[in-house]
Amino acid sequence: MSRRTTFRDALASALADEMEADPSVLVFGLDVPDHKRIFGSTAGLVERFGQRRCFGTPLSEDAMTGVALGAALSGLRPVHVHIRADFMLLAMNQIGNMLSTLRYMSGGQLRIPLVIRAVVGRGWGQSAQHSKSLHGMFGHFPGLKVVLPTTPQDAYSLLRAAIRDDNPVIMLEHRWLYEVEGDVDTTLRLPLGAAAVRRQGKDLTVIATSWMTVEAMKAAEVLAVRGIELEVVDVRSVVPLDEETLVASVTKTHRCLVADYDWAFCGFSAEAAALIGRRCFGVLERPVERLGFAQVPCPTTRPLENLFYPNAVSIIRMAEHMLELEPADVSGESFYSHEQRFKGPF
Amino acid sequence: MLQKASPPTLRDAALAGRQASATRADTLALYHKLLLVRRAEEKIREEYASNEMKTPVHLGIGGEAISVGVCHALPPGTKAFGTYRNHALYLALTGDTDGFFGELYGKVTGASKGKAGSMHLAAPEQGLMATSAVVGTTIPLAVGAALAHQYRGEPHLAVAFFGDGAVEEGVFWESLNFACLKQLRMLFVCEDNDLAIHTAASERQGFRSIPEALQGFRCHVASGDGSDLQGVIAATTQILGRMEQDSRPGFLHLTYFRFLEHVGPMEDFHAGYRPQPSPEERLRLDPVWRVEQRLFEHGVSRQELDAIRSSIDEQIARSVDAARQAPFASPSELSTDVWG
Repeated sequence: MSRRTTFRDALASALADEMEADPSVLVFGLDVPDHKRIFGSTAGLVERFGQRRCFGTPLSEDAMTGVALGAALSGLRPVHVHIRADFMLLAMNQIGNMLSTLRYMSGGQLRIPLVIRAVVGRGWGQSAQHSKSLHGMFGHFPGLKVVLPTTPQDAYSLLRAAIRDDNPVIMLEHRWLYEVEGDVDTTLRLPLGAAAVRRQGKDLTVIATSWMTVEAMKAAEVLAVRGIELEVVDVRSVVPLDEETLVASVTKTHRCLVADYDWAFCGFSAEAAALIGRRCFGVLERPVERLGFAQVPCPTTRPLENLFYPNAVSIIRMAEHMLELEPADVSGESFYSHEQRFKGPF
Repeated sequence: MLQKASPPTLRDAALAGRQASATRADTLALYHKLLLVRRAEEKIREEYASNEMKTPVHLGIGGEAISVGVCHALPPGTKAFGTYRNHALYLALTGDTDGFFGELYGKVTGASKGKAGSMHLAAPEQGLMATSAVVGTTIPLAVGAALAHQYRGEPHLAVAFFGDGAVEEGVFWESLNFACLKQLRMLFVCEDNDLAIHTAASERQGFRSIPEALQGFRCHVASGDGSDLQGVIAATTQILGRMEQDSRPGFLHLTYFRFLEHVGPMEDFHAGYRPQPSPEERLRLDPVWRVEQRLFEHGVSRQELDAIRSSIDEQIARSVDAARQAPFASPSELSTDVWG
């Protein structure tokens, strides 16, 4: 049943399988049917389903979000695609004032089965307007579900679950994950709102989002050689948030580091830290720590960009600090970079 | 030699009589709808000071004929989207004063259990899909509904009501562009009262007129006097006919006079941002008065109109009493309806 596939192909398969299963599913966005197909994630759709169900749009993020909403209110299941999450800021009126509120304001009369997919860009040189993830900001609005797949299986199963959901779902896909390979079982149904324990450990829980899961897995691998066992919990869904899995992990390890792919200030990491602080107060050996972007716009030049993003080394250093260990020599280790990305398998 | 036209037969006379009475009955039915909106809003004005309706009200007195007239001409199955100045649209499509006042009083009997209030009235079952307090925001939703109709091969129409201020929002042009590009069965209705809150169009718009600014878009454009109910119906019917012929969207530009302040139950001419109309001008700008004149021409008496008014006022009084007595939503309602 399982087959080896990339994250990008898993996305395209999920779209094709949903379009096949349900004639009310349609996929649109700027450049969705062009020769590049959103880094391949919409490959094959226009050939198979035609321009009625898979089409490019004008450069009108705000209106096209409203069009998707109007179509959803009329019984379709639209998937609106953005090649960068940053462009969704052009649609924040629709997202923050309409998508998130209409069902509530109508007293439950309206249903909004709608998916927005967006790519989270990363260097080199993506700079301050092609690099945001924004999941914390979207999660702030009640009424929006926010999903961050990490593995090809999640890309497939969570996208299908998002399309089947009767609520607006924002799915944020890190660009560096697109080449990652993994086994995908197309019969596996995953719910939205279930975190995944990617690696078992006893010493410290790393609550990670998106690409930071990959960095946390690398950090765990490096630290394991020294006898330190990180438990890596991939959040997968900011809303709904699987509080129980997070709490259960920290209850076991007694230490928690939140490694979020976003700014720390006012971000998801603060939410997760507050949750763990409240629910695990009695078992915590020390305060929850957080890692996120440097509190500056993302710089373009590579040396500064490298300082901007947290990575496996920053997780290792923070873990050592939390466990009161001397910093290990990691000079012999190889870490991920733009040139040398993780390719899988998980 | 010219042939003499044959004199009207009895049959012709009977037909003409039936037509006249049909027009009379139709106009009376329309008057009833128009007056229901007017009297409902006048009731809000009377009751608002008692502070029981805790929702900002953007009254549309003077603009009722646009919603009533356009909706009268819409084919069945139309999906409508509107603004925060939506009372006329809601009542024109539903006639439901119980749900209306229940909502304004914030009660569980309201159309949305009090979660909408005045600015977000919706009645999807009756075709009013959504209304919004952020200018221009529902325009693309209507375009999305039109896209859904086209996608499924349905003949239905979608209509967006919005004010002249919305034309200054980027989303209006984005929506118009997409509707024209995809040749959607979509009617844009601009309710132009020349004001964005308190600022006149001349201080906001860098173009000569809205219809002129639309030139170049592949859509039909028509303008009319939004204070004239029959004129609104005729303009709507006409543009729908043109849209039918070549599958282009329509844009109906209808002007009207907003008699009251932007939000709240009062007049605000003392503020000085616009001139106060003379008593004669007030009548000419009043769609209810104008329909009454037409009805008098049809031989309808003042007493008949008074009887209609009394019956409407009784209906409204019953709805207001029911709303007052109805319970508020229970505390558990706070967290329902967030998720579908």
